[in-house]
Amino acid sequence: MNWFISALTSGVGRKVIMALTGLFLILFLIVHLLGNLQLLKDDGGQAFNVYSHFMAHNGLIQLISKLNFFFILLHAFVSYTLYVRNKKARPVGYKVNGAAANSSWSSRSMTLLGTLIFIFLLVHLQGFWYAFKFGSGIPTVTIDGVEMHDAYKWVAEAYANPLISGFYVFSMIVLAFHLWHGFSSAFQSLGLNHVKYTGFIKALGYAYAIIVPGLFAIIPIVLYLKR
Amino acid sequence: MNLKLNIWRQKDSNDKGGFKTYQVSDVSPDMSFLEMIDVLNEDLVKKGEEPVHFDHDCREGICGTCSMVINGRPHGPKQGITTCQLHMRSFSDGDEITIEPWRARAFPVIKDLIVDRSAFDRIIQAGGFVSVNTGGAPDANSIPIAKEVANEAMDAAQCIGCGACVAACKNASAMLFTSAKISQLALLPQGKLERQRRVEKMIWQMEAEGFGACTNTGACEAECPKEISLVHIARAHREYIAAKACSKNV
Ligand code: HEM
Ligand code: FES
Repeated sequence: MNWFISALTSGVGRKVIMALTGLFLILFLIVHLLGNLQLLKDDGGQAFNVYSHFMAHNGLIQLISKLNFFFILLHAFVSYTLYVRNKKARPVGYKVNGAAANSSWSSRSMTLLGTLIFIFLLVHLQGFWYAFKFGSGIPTVTIDGVEMHDAYKWVAEAYANPLISGFYVFSMIVLAFHLWHGFSSAFQSLGLNHVKYTGFIKALGYAYAIIVPGLFAIIPIVLYLKR
Repeated sequence: MNLKLNIWRQKDSNDKGGFKTYQVSDVSPDMSFLEMIDVLNEDLVKKGEEPVHFDHDCREGICGTCSMVINGRPHGPKQGITTCQLHMRSFSDGDEITIEPWRARAFPVIKDLIVDRSAFDRIIQAGGFVSVNTGGAPDANSIPIAKEVANEAMDAAQCIGCGACVAACKNASAMLFTSAKISQLALLPQGKLERQRRVEKMIWQMEAEGFGACTNTGACEAECPKEISLVHIARAHREYIAAKACSKNV
């Protein structure tokens, strides 16, 4: 077991944890997005409500959701330990810093971007997860004889507030920058860098970083305009 | 050319140090950067002041000794060259140039622009070699190596151990340096025998020296005077993962 712990706690091992948890979150976001896009359907929220009800009452989905929480916390915790280690590695900084000439802003700002995402997640989970699970006062609807939360109405009311929808759009821009570097970086951390496919991974990463947060951001914008 | 230089001056490793400003005049654009500092130093010696201490040896870009951060860039603004190969024609008359030592916990300043890079030696000592009993020189081509493999190993072997990768990295990570040796030896048949032990020991030593972790920013690759690629860091990660999973070192 000793070798296993020492492997995972080494700097390289921590990078592997960052990459694996990051890639899991990337896959999770696709599923999450496909669900959310139903908010844009012009059916008074029926499809979204049925979907939300299903997600909240399916054992497998609930298990994956627990795992997801764990991975987010692990990703954030490990990134914090690396941040501390990396800060210690340079106690005296440069007077003139030429970093802009040799690396991208997003690659140098992963900790800032990740922290903003973390704050977003706290707000997001408080409003849309905690409230549904433990809160009261959520409106209900009956669809096909099943009484369920009117999740659509709750979300639409939240997005009608420009502060909330604005915060969501801003956070998706932050996520886009995090993934602009993070997507291909995860493959590099796993040791996957080769002329045969690295160009493709980079292109896919840039596309993902624009399209996925972009589609997420469209939802609050549309619901705000429809309010 | 006339230039204004802000240079880091530090008496010894215990001194706090600070920047001092100097004027140098009549610098020829054909001088190398180090020759420009030589001119300044002659001036300082004449005035009875302590000259600026800096590391240098071959002055032809092969030893990796010359080490300074010039306007925030290790080895200055040009790609693929060391400080000794940088010429003053890359600057303009009246420029202000800030010169700092490599900055990393694992590279403590000894004096002025000179840092102690023996951490790199200890990383190599941990496993950056092939154990063979020296005897007579073996026959050439007795071990066949495919041309593409030899090329890639040679690309990694170009590392001159200057430390610009550490100086450029926002985390002061030595991953490019360490991985270049891991990758070079893992590619060659002679190095394959000890590859698992090598990667485990070298990475362990690198972290023990207090270098930071890699964030894949690519700053090292961009500033490396030998343009060593991130591909070698990826190979070192593969070697590490494979060694941790399969080596006998429990
Ligand atoms: C919970 C808040 C988050 C924090 C604090 C955070 C922090 C970080 C940091 C600091 C890194 C750089 C690590 C390194 O290169 O050593 C990183 C990498 C990464 N993050 Fe996040 N992140 C967060 C959320 C997310 C989310 C939601 C996703 C996915 C959608 C994500 C995906 C990634 C990926 C793919 C990487 C690259 C991994 C690698 O370089 O090996 N992160 N994250
Ligand atoms: S002095 Fe040898 S590389 Fe510059």
